[in-house]
Amino acid sequence: MEPVLLRARGVPGSRSIATYLAAGGYEGWKRALGLGPDAVVKEVLDSELRGRGGAGFPTGRKWSFVPKDHPGPRYLVCNADESEPGTFKDREIIEHDPHQVIEGIAIASFAIKANTAYIYIRGEFVRWATILEEAIGEARAKGLLGTNVLGSGFDLDIWVHRGAGAYICGEETALIESLEGKRGFPRLKPPFPAVVGVFGKPTVVNNVETLACVPHIMTRGAAWFASIGRPRNTGPKLFCVSGHVNRPGVYELPLGVTFREIIEEHCGGVRGGRKLKAFFPGGSSAPVMTADEVDVKADFDACAEAQTMLGSGGVIVLDDSVDMVAVADNIAHFYAHESCGQCTPCREGSDWCADILDRMAAGHGRASDPDTLLRICRFSSEGMTICPLGDAYALPLSSMVNKFRAEFERRIADATPLPQKRLPVLPWTGPRPGFGI
Amino acid sequence: MTTRPLVVATQETTSDVKFDKTMEDRIADVLRRYPTTRAALLPVLWLCQERFGWISPGVISAVAERLGESAAFVEGVVSFYTMYYTSPPARYVLQVCTTLSCSVCGGRELVDHLTAKLGIGFGEKTPDGSFQLVGVQCLGACGNAPVIQINDDYYEDLTPKKLDAVLDDLKGRR
Ligand SMILES: Cc1cc2nc3c(=O)[nH]c(=O)nc-3n(C[C@H](O)[C@H](O)[C@H](O)COP(=O)(O)O)c2cc1C
Ligand code: SF4
Ligand code: FES
Repeated sequence: MEPVLLRARGVPGSRSIATYLAAGGYEGWKRALGLGPDAVVKEVLDSELRGRGGAGFPTGRKWSFVPKDHPGPRYLVCNADESEPGTFKDREIIEHDPHQVIEGIAIASFAIKANTAYIYIRGEFVRWATILEEAIGEARAKGLLGTNVLGSGFDLDIWVHRGAGAYICGEETALIESLEGKRGFPRLKPPFPAVVGVFGKPTVVNNVETLACVPHIMTRGAAWFASIGRPRNTGPKLFCVSGHVNRPGVYELPLGVTFREIIEEHCGGVRGGRKLKAFFPGGSSAPVMTADEVDVKADFDACAEAQTMLGSGGVIVLDDSVDMVAVADNIAHFYAHESCGQCTPCREGSDWCADILDRMAAGHGRASDPDTLLRICRFSSEGMTICPLGDAYALPLSSMVNKFRAEFERRIADATPLPQKRLPVLPWTGPRPGFGI
Repeated sequence: MTTRPLVVATQETTSDVKFDKTMEDRIADVLRRYPTTRAALLPVLWLCQERFGWISPGVISAVAERLGESAAFVEGVVSFYTMYYTSPPARYVLQVCTTLSCSVCGGRELVDHLTAKLGIGFGEKTPDGSFQLVGVQCLGACGNAPVIQINDDYYEDLTPKKLDAVLDDLKGRR
């Protein structure tokens, strides 16, 4: 496939507006301004673009939920939080082609009639926040942003807002709370952000990659975009491959390639000639897949059919040297650390799973542990929590227990039981997240 | 890449904080971006951390007063996020990713190497105040595992040997 989102990767000076304009940049923005908001929404609807942030929600539909009769203001928020483990694509886009994101934000803001847009970027991405600010400055200097853009009468300001270290702020309502200057506590939905979002106003939150697709849809048309991939799963997608492959990295491929193709052809197969054991198809929040499922297509619907999700497209590959108990333990700690603490099943459940898995990993598993884990996970998914983080830890953990149960049981069979009745607190033996400093 | 050491203000200068003209100008520049004053809280805390090195109780009071919030509210926000330092950090904060991809691609070895080399564990500082070791969650650079963020900069595709060279270089610069 010819690169679309990554066409600037490797081009000298790709970040500057001169290079971007020379390659036909901001033509989509000009076309959008000529078409008017409704036609822009229709074009994006027709392209069948689905959100690249995790949920795969149709972008045009999301835009059309913004109430037409609202007096405003309205806001567009670009989600550059990129904190799902295994995901590193938005950074790649910003590093090589920040103007693509700025142009996408401009078009989306115009489509929903927002005169202010914020880019919420994770606090750690200092370098990439600076790159975006420079790009905004360049676009403003050329009259592509600011007051009365290109004589159209439309005003647009874009501001970069840095997070400060919290995975949950990638969730759109937590992001909105954080943008308002508060703790990142997800909000109960409905109302959805398109109706009541940041500062109580209609707000659309879209991922960096989603917005980066928009200028291409505007210049090359919805039909061209929809011709890539398959119906309902259209367009190019960035796959971030990490873990035990020969060539990890970001690959741009049409939706619907198989995971086998991604891992074996593009990434040169599993490292060191070892065998594939398992992989996470879309970040660590997606239920794990075994080596037998490697022929599943990497798109939204095929992953849903296989009872997992494409998520953010972060493919984490694990070879046969890994210990699934240790993997589950690592993941449980991530979510236990990142749970915002509002809901009991998520706050307590993630911690409890981490404690049990610590104990199992230390060689003190009990026969009842796998079922206990499954029970805790069940109570934290299926709508028992305010936001989907409850599912995000529960579904992958239960998939690991279910699909690798024999391995968990072998560990338990070899375990030395501990005498205590209560769950013991063990000295930690491996790396563990430091809780602030 | 030259990672700048953190500027850490002393306890005295951070106990009773007054914002000078430069700081006030920067705060004003932040405030005009948002329809509410409260929304400026995270950016203003960033400005303070850049200036004073950490978010001391004095900084919290000053920010609260400037933005018309209670100190308790500001403290609640500060404590929710992991990147605001609530005690003076070392000159170089080594933020080691401990999440899955890094962990299975050499991250654990890197941590063992660091603890042995520096003689400190997670959350601790070397006695000379040069380095501090912090375990962090996924830094969003997993394809180049293992990854360490030192102050604002990313160091990727690390091996113990490469890391040694980085640390020796940083230690040499004061
Ligand atoms: C726990 C959690 C973390 C999330 N993290 C991110 C993230 O880092 N980046 C992102 O774009 N979306 C993230 N999302 C998805 C957002 O809530 C939201 O669906 C997305 O930004 C919408 O953009 P899209 O329609 O372009 O996909 C997260 C969701 C959840 C539940
Ligand atoms: S599910 Fe977890 S992260 Fe989400 S609101 Fe509840 S406690 Fe917070
Ligand atoms: S797992 Fe270390 S950067 Fe993502």
